[in-house]
Amino acid sequence: MKVVVPVKQVAALDDEFELLDDGSGVDPDGLEWELNEWDTFSLEAALQIRDAAGDGEVVAVSVGDEEAEEGLLSALAKGADRAVRIWDDELAGADALVVARVLAAAVDPESPDLVLCGVQSSDAVNSATGIALAGFLGLPHVAVVKRIELDGASASVERELEGGLVELVRISLPALLTVQTGINEPRYATLRAIKQAREKPMEVRSLADVGLDAGQIAAASGSHRRRLAHPERGEGAQILDGSTAEVAARIASIVKERIG
Amino acid sequence: MAGIMVVAEARRGELRDVSFELIGAALEVKERSGEAGGSVSVAIIDADAPRHASALGPEGVDEVLTVTSPVEQFEAHVAQRALEGLLERERPQLVLAAHSIDALGFAPAVAAGNGLGFASDVMALSWDGGPIATRGAYGDKLVAEYDFAGKECTLLLLRAGTFAPIAPGSGSAPVRDVALDLGDAARTEHLGYREVQEGDVDITKADFLLSIGRGVEDRDNIERFEELAEKLGATLSVSRPLVDAGWMPSARQVGQSGKTVKPRVYLAMGISGAVQHLAGMRTAETIIAVNTDPEAPIFNVAHYGAVKDMFELADELEQVLE
Repeated sequence: MKVVVPVKQVAALDDEFELLDDGSGVDPDGLEWELNEWDTFSLEAALQIRDAAGDGEVVAVSVGDEEAEEGLLSALAKGADRAVRIWDDELAGADALVVARVLAAAVDPESPDLVLCGVQSSDAVNSATGIALAGFLGLPHVAVVKRIELDGASASVERELEGGLVELVRISLPALLTVQTGINEPRYATLRAIKQAREKPMEVRSLADVGLDAGQIAAASGSHRRRLAHPERGEGAQILDGSTAEVAARIASIVKERIG
Repeated sequence: MAGIMVVAEARRGELRDVSFELIGAALEVKERSGEAGGSVSVAIIDADAPRHASALGPEGVDEVLTVTSPVEQFEAHVAQRALEGLLERERPQLVLAAHSIDALGFAPAVAAGNGLGFASDVMALSWDGGPIATRGAYGDKLVAEYDFAGKECTLLLLRAGTFAPIAPGSGSAPVRDVALDLGDAARTEHLGYREVQEGDVDITKADFLLSIGRGVEDRDNIERFEELAEKLGATLSVSRPLVDAGWMPSARQVGQSGKTVKPRVYLAMGISGAVQHLAGMRTAETIIAVNTDPEAPIFNVAHYGAVKDMFELADELEQVLE
């Protein structure tokens, strides 16, 4: 059983982040990086499937600059067998479709039985990269999965729908699933495993290494960001200032006024 | 025909409300484009597609397109092939679908396979020579604007509950059946539905919800907020991470995959306000948010906000109540 797990090192804004003057992005000094929360669940699902099968491998793949190495090392420390990182300067600002196109070029030669993606990333929240990857690979797919049961060459999976409804579907392998949080309890890596992760294979590839050129990347790109800005606050938002005691008193009086 | 195509949604025989929001958005963007957007068509892909047609053709809609699915329930690969067939035949320049679990299961694959312009979770739409989409960035702490220059067709997934819906009722737009070869398109088999079990409490009926999130940090801290809720006369609800961690039952979860609540007061403590959470509580009459992060997206929908530590505030609230 070979399971490929695309992962992303996501950027969170710290308390003092600043927008670049030209509105093209955020000053990199204001970013904190971590492995996407959703990907910790897809990775755990992959590790459990490999271990239950008794053989096979889990390959973590990421499109990203050197920051992404951290996330891949964390995946290796938790138990992935090897890692692949694809990067080129052409990929700065890549949207979900470009990332999916690059992942497809790296994943296709692996001929995996299963590709497990996170439902979304916590920074971009496109919820699109996984299913776009399935589109490029021509793999059958199910989005937003909260339970996976493998049964030989097929899998029974639960799709989490809106409003507390769940649909059970069967899909044949090879397939791609996007995995929802809460599907399992992601493991922590031991200190020893974190040290040993550096001994595991981590391949770094360029666009050319995966057989893509700048023209193909431009063609895959689905959008062009022309502005980044602070959101407007909701209409009625009023910030309660003062000491914690004063704010508590104010909240209590608002509640009393509204509830009676 | 260059135009705007809406992809309506049905589940278990019923049109989903977001369909009417998509039509509202299409009619508005057509007007904003000064008619450059072209005609507005509404497509429905469903086993029972013709039955839904009249509800989807209000004034302003030029045509309703029905595609009859060979399978009873929504199936992502059927929808994928159907949409690809519609794009090929109708050649719309803008396609609006929902940022819903169903559409997320096939729309990105259509965008990938057909070189479309694409953006998901779009919360505002305008026109400047072509469609312009606004969506969140960095977990909705910032907003970004996108154009799709050079794309013949752009597919946008719109956030539910954000665009004004058309008034419900039937319309008289002409209906055209589009016959597509979908017989072998399905690649998954429907086995059944399951409702998440109801718990001992119905949070949708509560007048006052005290809702806690990730900020609670530890399972052992929940009890304290259960006590606070009791003293306040509130019902305790939670955001997704507390259910994912197995600390609280899903019956208490507010959000897209949990419950949509409309209390008179929603007091959110330690909840940053992911879009899926906001979808379940933005209809509360009064929202009070307490969070240590002044940039937390929940402050964008709150009526009152306090940048405070939830534990310290809980202490002070108890003092006030005594």
